[in-house]
Amino acid sequence: MTTSQLVITLLGIVAIAWVNYYFFVAGRPAAVATAGGGPGPQRIRIEVKGGYSPAVVRVRVGHPVRLEFFRNETNSCTEEVVLPDFGIRSYLPAHRTTAVEFTPTRPGSYEFACGMGMVRGRIVAES
Amino acid sequence: MTTTTPVAPERCTIPVSGMSCAACSGKVQRSLETSPGVSGANVNLMTGSATVSYDPAATSPERLVEVIRSTGYGAELPSSDRSEEDLLGTRDAERAAETRELKGKFAVSAVAAAIVMLIGMWPSAHAMSDGSRWLQLAATLPVVLWAGRHFYSRAWAAFRHHSADMNTLIAVGTGTAFAYSLVVTLAAGWFAVRGVAPHVYYEAVVTIIALILLGNLLEAGARSRTSEAVRKLVGLRPATARVVRGGEEREVPLADVRVGDELLVRPGETIPADGTVLDGTSNVDESMLTGEPVPVAKSAGASVVGATLNRNGALRIRVDRIGRDTVLSRIIRLVQQAQGSKAPIQRLADRISAVFVPLVLSIAIATFVIWYDLGPDPAYLHALVAAVTVLIIACPCAMGLAVPTAVMVSTGRGAELGVLIKGGEALERSEAVDTVVFDKTGTLTQGRPGVASITLAGGTELDESRLVALAAAVERLSEHPLAEAIVAEADRRGLALPPAQAFKSQTGKGVLAIVDGRRVAAGNLSLMHDLRVNPEPLAGAAGAAAADGHTPVYVAVDGRLAGLIAIADPVKPGSREAVEALERMGIEPVMLTGDDRRTADSVARTVGIRRVLAQVLPDRKLEEVWAIQRGGHVVAMVGDGLNDAPALAQADVGIAMGSGTDVAMEAGAVTLMRGDPRGVVTALGLARRTMRVIRQNLFWAFIYNVIGIPVAAGVLYPAFGLRLTPAMAAAAMAVSSVSVVANSLRLRKFDRGART
Repeated sequence: MTTSQLVITLLGIVAIAWVNYYFFVAGRPAAVATAGGGPGPQRIRIEVKGGYSPAVVRVRVGHPVRLEFFRNETNSCTEEVVLPDFGIRSYLPAHRTTAVEFTPTRPGSYEFACGMGMVRGRIVAES
Repeated sequence: MTTTTPVAPERCTIPVSGMSCAACSGKVQRSLETSPGVSGANVNLMTGSATVSYDPAATSPERLVEVIRSTGYGAELPSSDRSEEDLLGTRDAERAAETRELKGKFAVSAVAAAIVMLIGMWPSAHAMSDGSRWLQLAATLPVVLWAGRHFYSRAWAAFRHHSADMNTLIAVGTGTAFAYSLVVTLAAGWFAVRGVAPHVYYEAVVTIIALILLGNLLEAGARSRTSEAVRKLVGLRPATARVVRGGEEREVPLADVRVGDELLVRPGETIPADGTVLDGTSNVDESMLTGEPVPVAKSAGASVVGATLNRNGALRIRVDRIGRDTVLSRIIRLVQQAQGSKAPIQRLADRISAVFVPLVLSIAIATFVIWYDLGPDPAYLHALVAAVTVLIIACPCAMGLAVPTAVMVSTGRGAELGVLIKGGEALERSEAVDTVVFDKTGTLTQGRPGVASITLAGGTELDESRLVALAAAVERLSEHPLAEAIVAEADRRGLALPPAQAFKSQTGKGVLAIVDGRRVAAGNLSLMHDLRVNPEPLAGAAGAAAADGHTPVYVAVDGRLAGLIAIADPVKPGSREAVEALERMGIEPVMLTGDDRRTADSVARTVGIRRVLAQVLPDRKLEEVWAIQRGGHVVAMVGDGLNDAPALAQADVGIAMGSGTDVAMEAGAVTLMRGDPRGVVTALGLARRTMRVIRQNLFWAFIYNVIGIPVAAGVLYPAFGLRLTPAMAAAAMAVSSVSVVANSLRLRKFDRGART
């Protein structure tokens, strides 16, 4: 094995390790938002741009939740948001805020994702 | 000659963020004022907002937001709680804009690809020249900087979220090829001195981008067709209604119609809202909601449903429901919810797509290393091409689209056929159904029983009319369908019904009350036994009635048998056909009924059902369903969704069957909008077809990647010398995601008569 082959092999291993670290380890925990108290629904604003920020939101069980998705891009991948546990599939017009409302009745972790399931977020309902 | 209609300017206020000084607001204001379609703009630094007067034909608030953003400040339209239907309109507009843009980008890349290829075909001496490389670069730049730009910006946005998608693969793949080619172009001499041919890969870059844009274009068209059904439903609603207020007829927008309004609907017009016919007679075409092709006759007192078509007579109707409460809105909501649901089968695809892109990136790096270490010379060039090919051929889209597109098309197609399926899970469970339990009354039979014959007991002093009057007086207080038949018979005979006191209803047996001072009981054999009334004298008549499939109702007066009323509930015309079709599908039909065995057997024979559960009390229906399930069967229960809701819930698939448009839509996993038992066959058949399409999609998406990626990496090279070019990979990827959507769209052609 020549020196250059050795170098390339080592660089490749490092690169693979970095890719897996960056996408699987370093990404978590994602930004977390907790809904404030007060009257009315628990409002949380989520920016949609290549992903959801915050990607994890904490809410209280039994109180209505209002997620305000601000889709700040035209990428059609994120044009829909789906909350399968609440039977919601909503279209998000580009550069606008679209609200989605539901009430979690049981504590637990509920997923939300884009129409194709590539971009994901999580709602953690706590009592 | 063209005429321009002056359009009144519209005004909107857009919150602007990030402005810190008057220079900022001035900059935003100038950019707005010089933007096309804007007649005036006022940017307020204090409130952080811009008020713009604009021509709605030339621009839109969305465009204005873009203009503000281009100046470097944040802007966003105020949040609004717009209805799903408005959103559909916005989506269509966005899709159209996206398609236009994609077309332009594709055209530019296709031309660029042709130019680069032509230059590459020059005799080799020229092809390797500096001039050739610079010309190719010139043709490639607009593709990378404009047509394919969004791949890079979206990949970057995802990267910042520690996530990766299809754009990442395209961006890294084409970016690598482009960067290498650029270096060669700029420093060809450096390569030449080291004995390396200064080869460039601009052709691969432009071809990949052109092909992927073409794929996106085809996919965008196909995907918009997956939601066509909902769009059609939304489009059924008329824009205006003709309201009579204060004796005056006026055309008003639909939004201004209120409950209690009187509407006029002329022949050929769409009925604007749900209501009751006040006068007029007509035939109404309800096919768009129920799938029922035969128009339904309507006259005073009949209920009509918004969005259905009034065919031949004028109707005056009173509005009962508007907006969200109408049948149409509920259907739209159910279909949308179904399309938002997730099929359990999707979980696997989800798990894979979550790790897919980083995995492919890793494979691409490994491919590079292996080619570099073990491949033929020039090793690094082969390594580069193979790695780029791996990145380009990998297609997470096909996997992401496999399940949702099929669920969307199938639930939409179901709605067109009058079958509402509540989502992916309902589809999946429906596929596995091997037993269908029909709650006889109202599903296999009309559910509108009538009196077939009356037999008086020997020795009674009553005549037929008196018997009917007494029985009807009691039954009037009951809600049982048999009771309605007796009351209807009394009406038909023009009998006056005396008042009844001390009414008692015994579930599954019958009713009792005091009428004109006499103790009247009407019910089945077991009620007679309870009351110690001897039914023997009429056993013959009861047997004959049951053999004909009629239900015998015994009437006892003052503790003595007075007569027998036989009630017939005619079998629906489609019942036999439905039963036969289910058997062909390998599904066992079962009839469940509260009737006695002989009546039940007779009806079962008529429709061709072999397994009958007779004399089942209403509260035992659930247990019967459970008993079948315990035998290892997957059960669908068909009922009206009202008095059998618990059994519907217990079944693996609850099928609520309506008659006309009056249906308990939320009761079951599946709702049939019309009372045709063949709808059960349609629903289960559609579910089977859909699941087959989903499996095909998933299989194709998996196998495509499982075979495509290793071949792109070059596993066939050592044995067969076979390799793919990046352009071939791009074509394969475009085809794979389009083919998944196209396969799902085949479900649009599902027909109720289709074999499964």
